[in-house]
Amino acid sequence: MFTGFFYTLRRHKIPVTITEWMTLMDALSKGLAESSLENFYYLARAILVKNEALYDAYDEAFQEYFHRLEGRSEIRSEIWEWLQNPIVRNLFREDEIEAMSNMSLEELMKEFEKRLREQMSRHDGGSYWIGTGGTSPFGHSGYHPAGIRVGGESRNLRAIKIAGERRFRNLRRDITLDVRQMEIALKSLRILSRVGPADELDLEGTIDATAKNAGELELKWRRSRRNTVKLLLLLDVGGSMDPYAGLCSRLFTAANSATHFKDFRYFYFHNCIYDKLYTDIERHEWINTDLVLKTLDHDYKTIIIGDAMMATSELLTPYGAISYSDYNETPGIVWLKKIAEKFPYSIWLNPVEPYFWDHTTVSMIRRIFPMYHLTIEGLTEGIRRLVARR
Amino acid sequence: MFEVYKGSSDYVASESLKNAVNAAIALGRPLLVRGEPGTGKTLLAHSIAKSLGKKLIVFNVKSTTKAQEALYVYDTVRRLNDARFGDRDVSDIKQYIKLGKLGEAFASPEQVVLLIDEIDKADPEFPNDLLNELDEMSFYIPETGETIKAKHRPIVIITSNAEKELPDAFLRRCIFHYIEFPDPETMEKIVKVHFPSLREDLLKEAIRTFYKIRDIDDLKKKPSTSELLDWIYVLLQADVLPEKISKEVPFVNVLLKKETDYHYFVNYYFGKSGFPRR
Repeated sequence: MFTGFFYTLRRHKIPVTITEWMTLMDALSKGLAESSLENFYYLARAILVKNEALYDAYDEAFQEYFHRLEGRSEIRSEIWEWLQNPIVRNLFREDEIEAMSNMSLEELMKEFEKRLREQMSRHDGGSYWIGTGGTSPFGHSGYHPAGIRVGGESRNLRAIKIAGERRFRNLRRDITLDVRQMEIALKSLRILSRVGPADELDLEGTIDATAKNAGELELKWRRSRRNTVKLLLLLDVGGSMDPYAGLCSRLFTAANSATHFKDFRYFYFHNCIYDKLYTDIERHEWINTDLVLKTLDHDYKTIIIGDAMMATSELLTPYGAISYSDYNETPGIVWLKKIAEKFPYSIWLNPVEPYFWDHTTVSMIRRIFPMYHLTIEGLTEGIRRLVARR
Repeated sequence: MFEVYKGSSDYVASESLKNAVNAAIALGRPLLVRGEPGTGKTLLAHSIAKSLGKKLIVFNVKSTTKAQEALYVYDTVRRLNDARFGDRDVSDIKQYIKLGKLGEAFASPEQVVLLIDEIDKADPEFPNDLLNELDEMSFYIPETGETIKAKHRPIVIITSNAEKELPDAFLRRCIFHYIEFPDPETMEKIVKVHFPSLREDLLKEAIRTFYKIRDIDDLKKKPSTSELLDWIYVLLQADVLPEKISKEVPFVNVLLKKETDYHYFVNYYFGKSGFPRR
């Protein structure tokens, strides 16, 4: 039943699973929809959509699917009904309407779309005609589209086309990371140790102590296990990193929303790290790199994200920094070495394909930091290196 | 057939909400309710319990709550202590097992309404740890070899403030409903439930002004239903004339609790002239 709807929803990026679909089928067989489309609309939404942000997508999918069910002949009759509307009459001349009666449905739709587009460009308030949402009488949002369903149809055709293109993008998602996948990868970045107040009853210890005490009860307490990992994130921003900004911000979001780190610090830099580390992404506010190195403990797990590609002078010469504000006495490579020495558990994540890692500065930096490709595999592998005891 | 929830006299439920509640009851699945603070997520459980005449068990989740606590607690310390003084039969472990809220709901001889309030406050793993128990509506106590199984699947209502993302596996098993912020008409009904004898003109004025304030986009914390109800109560107590409400907005600090919001509002609403803008 309605299996097409399932795929329509998935096409609209609503992550419906088989489990949920079966629940809906169960609900339908129990007669919960009471054979009414409105009840079905609410019922299916409650069971299938788990995020209000997806309600809109659900409406679209619902409209698309149930609209198509109604059949194209109905669309035609509705167009004619719509044409009888006095406001619409202003849009077409009598003879035009006459001519349209001889057109096929496809031609008719094309003509309509054209008209509507003209209407929209001619008047600023043109959106009145195909407005979505409840304000316009012709709006096609919602599950019961009114007269101008024609507009809705054309949008559907477009949506189908886009959905076709998207198939490609879906495949690519397997390679690059989304926030959720990153969160999962970061989850493994944890080392449990007993810290904090002793608030957990040590049963073994208590029994031992009590036995030694000739049965006189002696309670033993211990500290509970908590994650002790502290994370330091250094991000290269701007310039050649711009194409990867989305990817980096996803990793940042994942790290920032992870609650299991004992401490999480992050700084920004541009191309290479020099005397200053920036605290904001626009690089207005900064603190001294030296201060960071002195104040943070050496047990911070350090992840540096950058393409590591720069002019050799940027890495090797004093005052070689590309931005004037970074006017540096010490060459970048010295700073990088200092960081690697201070934080023995550090890795470099590079969003650029490893194919290009032959580049001079990249290979130099690779000698200082173990470098991983910023993908699921790369991140997982890198994290394994960060938690491994050495 | 199951009992149908139709809303209760002290709670205004929309069609879609009632629909979701009934689906959850019929399917025996937990209902996850999300929405802005003050949209009546918690009250929904109270309303369901009241209208169906069932007992309500409330499980308040805190940041330190562990899934185990919801099921049962084994008081080992007390048992050890009793063993020491020998004034009780310590071989009966049962007396040291105390059921948690979920266990209580399962063990109840009749169907109850179980409210798991603000589930997103706990550790991200918390909902996952309860997956199986909520699915099967039973759990096993290894200490006594006992299985607590629900005689009647409780009606489980779970609220969330969307502070944390809930795990997908958990979401898959829930019925979900997002409570929208009520529109002015619904709000009138809600206010009338709380103040049945409120004068019509005062009600209209108060609600109109309230939505005007909510429309200010830059407020850090927009006033919610509960603040409106408090405000109307204060207006009534102070005997404020209806026509004064939109002009002077008396006691606006009941609605706006952040200092910056208050200053912003005064500036925005009254401007330099000291009179309300249109």
